[in-house]
Amino acid sequence: MSRTDVLVTADWAQEHLGQPGIVLVEVDEDTSAYDKGHIEGAVKLDWKTDLQDPEARDFIDREGFSALLSAKGISNDDTVVLYGGNNNWFAAYAYWYFKVYGHRDVKLIDGGRKKWELDSRPLSSDVVERPATQYQAAEPDTSIRAFRDEVVAAIGTKNLVDVRSPDEFAGKLTAPAHLPQEGAQRAGHIPSAVNVPWSKAANEDGTFKSDEELAKLYAEAGLDEGKDTIAYCRIGERSSHTWFVLRELLGHENVKNYDGSWTEYGSLVGVPIAKGA
Amino acid sequence: MCGAPAQGGTLAGVDLATQTVIQGSVWHDGTPVAGAYVRLLDATDEFTAEVVTSPEGEFRFFAAPGTWTLRSLSPIGRAERSVAADVGLNETTLAIA
Repeated sequence: MSRTDVLVTADWAQEHLGQPGIVLVEVDEDTSAYDKGHIEGAVKLDWKTDLQDPEARDFIDREGFSALLSAKGISNDDTVVLYGGNNNWFAAYAYWYFKVYGHRDVKLIDGGRKKWELDSRPLSSDVVERPATQYQAAEPDTSIRAFRDEVVAAIGTKNLVDVRSPDEFAGKLTAPAHLPQEGAQRAGHIPSAVNVPWSKAANEDGTFKSDEELAKLYAEAGLDEGKDTIAYCRIGERSSHTWFVLRELLGHENVKNYDGSWTEYGSLVGVPIAKGA
Repeated sequence: MCGAPAQGGTLAGVDLATQTVIQGSVWHDGTPVAGAYVRLLDATDEFTAEVVTSPEGEFRFFAAPGTWTLRSLSPIGRAERSVAADVGLNETTLAIA
């Protein structure tokens, strides 16, 4: 696994528009951006209405994911090229999610929608229709998804990476600063976690920093490469961005994303919480 | 909800007695700039949040009292300014030269 296997440039995406076997997918929480303009031929996935179970706080199940991708016209053999807004947060979440369900060839467009727009590249408002397929999702791969009990057990033993902003880590804010401050019952972070905000892994235009810069960033933060790692944020999308960096770009083994994240941990009864920088 | 909601519009439902709201708009040549990326950086220049301006060029952040930097990115250029925010409504304008 190397950077070119999992990350493509905006130029590459533009050169491969419409090529059979490649499906562009825009992933956002708010898909109104897609509806106004998207990369030509891209289908949309809504982070909430498509990828979350409507009742329980969880993924849609294997059958549900198979039906979703079949309806979107995506085949098991297709190369899925993901991009989205918010510096690719939700696209990175979808990348991780596709990997949980065993999709073989998934890539991100470096810089996502922001880089595409800042470059003034063309967007289309045409409706995209693809013929339905018979997609077969695999059994969920829990080697890349962490649940609460193993997070509590990881305190002081595994690498815990809190990728939220410093103020959220310190307990001064409970949500990112573009949102009303609400969420978990308590503010702070998981004891023994190091704070490496997801944004430190990205350039201003949303592209990922170089492998050398990224390796230095996590080494200086005190991440022990000999230990397993769990990344978390507030609801698991920013930590997907960091999961992508650690596992897919830097090739660390045994990296999990904890999608329960702070909204779950910060509301658990009886678990320890740390505050301050 | 973790992505940026639609920017601008009413502050109904926002408790200005507890929230520190930093809002304003991005302008260029006397016209609001829609679709600009506005980044909120903390006092140490650390990235904190980013939103995309509304069709009227508006942005809004929910921050905490203190000194912040606002920086806008768009194909037509960049703008930056510092804001000292208190609890309540803090309004500002970013002008792209």
